[in-house]
Amino acid sequence: MDSSLDVGLVDRGNRNEVILTLKEPSTIPIEANKISPDNFLDRTQDEIARLPLLYGRRQLTIGDLFTVDGEDGDTIVLEGDLSHVKHLGRAMTRGSITIHGDVGMHLGAGMSGGQIIVHGDAGAWVGAQMSGGHIWIHGNVGPMLGAIYTGENLGMRGGVIIVDGNAGPRAAERMRRGIIVVQGDLGSFAGARMIAGSLFTFGKLGARPGAGMKRGTLLALQDLTDGVLPTFRYSCMCESPVILRYYLRRLQTWGLPITEDHVEGRYRRYTGDATTVGKGEIFVYDEHK
Amino acid sequence: MQINGVEIEDTFAEAFKMWGARLIITAFSHHWAKIAAENATGFATSVIACGAEAGIEGEMLASETPDGRPGVSILLFTMGPKGMKEQLMNRVGQSIMTCPTTACFDGSDNGEKTLEIGGTLRYFGDGFQISKLLEGRRLWRIPVMEGEFVIDESFDIQRSVGGGNFLILGEDNRSALEAAEAAVEAIQEVPGVVAPFPGGIVRSGSKTSSKYKFLRASTNSAYCPMLRDQVDSALPETVNSVLEIVIDGLSEKAVAEATRVGVQAACQPGIVRISAGNYGGTLGKYQFHLQEILGSA
Repeated sequence: MDSSLDVGLVDRGNRNEVILTLKEPSTIPIEANKISPDNFLDRTQDEIARLPLLYGRRQLTIGDLFTVDGEDGDTIVLEGDLSHVKHLGRAMTRGSITIHGDVGMHLGAGMSGGQIIVHGDAGAWVGAQMSGGHIWIHGNVGPMLGAIYTGENLGMRGGVIIVDGNAGPRAAERMRRGIIVVQGDLGSFAGARMIAGSLFTFGKLGARPGAGMKRGTLLALQDLTDGVLPTFRYSCMCESPVILRYYLRRLQTWGLPITEDHVEGRYRRYTGDATTVGKGEIFVYDEHK
Repeated sequence: MQINGVEIEDTFAEAFKMWGARLIITAFSHHWAKIAAENATGFATSVIACGAEAGIEGEMLASETPDGRPGVSILLFTMGPKGMKEQLMNRVGQSIMTCPTTACFDGSDNGEKTLEIGGTLRYFGDGFQISKLLEGRRLWRIPVMEGEFVIDESFDIQRSVGGGNFLILGEDNRSALEAAEAAVEAIQEVPGVVAPFPGGIVRSGSKTSSKYKFLRASTNSAYCPMLRDQVDSALPETVNSVLEIVIDGLSEKAVAEATRVGVQAACQPGIVRISAGNYGGTLGKYQFHLQEILGSA
């Protein structure tokens, strides 16, 4: 997916651009939650370079590990193999981060605004507990996409996540609001304990979808990997349901490859999980009418 | 001033402040969207007796509607926001939700107040209603026997203009009716306005007085050909039929434009004069001077 298609969905940063390039690839985990548009605004290049990060258990600075080019910016561009760099854009509220390469865990966790675009794969907990903003991963993501951290009450509470590839297990766990679209397959326990919100896959829905979900919507445009749980019941065949038409047309305007067959097609609808209030729903694309 | 030999009287239409809403009704086909629209805008000619004035603004292509289905846009006008909520609740609940395959969306583009319509109507779902929120827009899904009725949680309303009008003074019934039909057809091309009376045309225009104390309005005697010799008539000798076009719009500009194209279309053979209804400028906020509007063409 070309990033130019992101236009219209996201609000780009409007200040200076700051380019960070990882000096050397590392397998040591780097915790870089200070790399966020909120922290780079109103700071000179030197001040940005002096912001702290953790390299393993050692306290270093951004300048120790990255070359910094630019200042006072809310548009950050990162380059290099960042697959062990964690917490990028954590709790960000504005601006944009563009990453050319793979990136590590907790990307955009807790963010409430702005956008993150990754031209590569991302690790676990992308957008965990986020409440706003947009994340677009032009690759695959690990487990717990838009999910909840242990001991917390709510997972994703707003915003949009789009993944061009596949997503690992437990995506959207305990999700409360927002939408996640995975263009590949979803792993097991997708939408587990979901409270509300929408989780769509253009591929297959993994095993045990919606386990323990109260409300919310799961959608699979291909099929179910392993059926639905016995605590879900088939409700009906829906012909081109209006609510899906509305959503799918919006996704079309975002540049996602929704076909007219999807918009006009039939969907099997299951409801559950009967172990809770049972008002969640799973739509599975059946065929063009 | 004359257009095609038809006299444009040097007078003005007097119009009033109203509140307006635009609803987009979608359905499986234009046929069903239009049935819902006609029902929802039925018995909505004059706010005095109907509670609202309403009409169909136009048909919408599937590509223009929120759910990608054929649609119809309707406009509804009331004197105030409170009346609007009541009218929308009744008309959406009884005429749109009940109609097969429909959905109802807020089509406003200049809202000043927000009314919770779907957010109230949702209780019909008896606890099984579902809300979905996308990009700040909350939709309610109300389960119904045929499937699901989808409606926006809230609808925006805006200050509008009601009661724009002009009178077509014809030599005979056929001439007046054909001219009025042409005027309505032209007005239908103007966005943001409706002509709320049957077919867009009024034959029983009124004045705001009556010999009877219990009646606020009575027949517009000065324009009744049959009363020419009994009252202070406004009709020339050659006029034997008068029809009125009433225009409600979301803006003063839209009403003026509708008046312009409507009058131009009405200036046909057999029409003697185009006039307009007013109260001497004492009641309404807006004045649409015919010669000024037609002169700006």
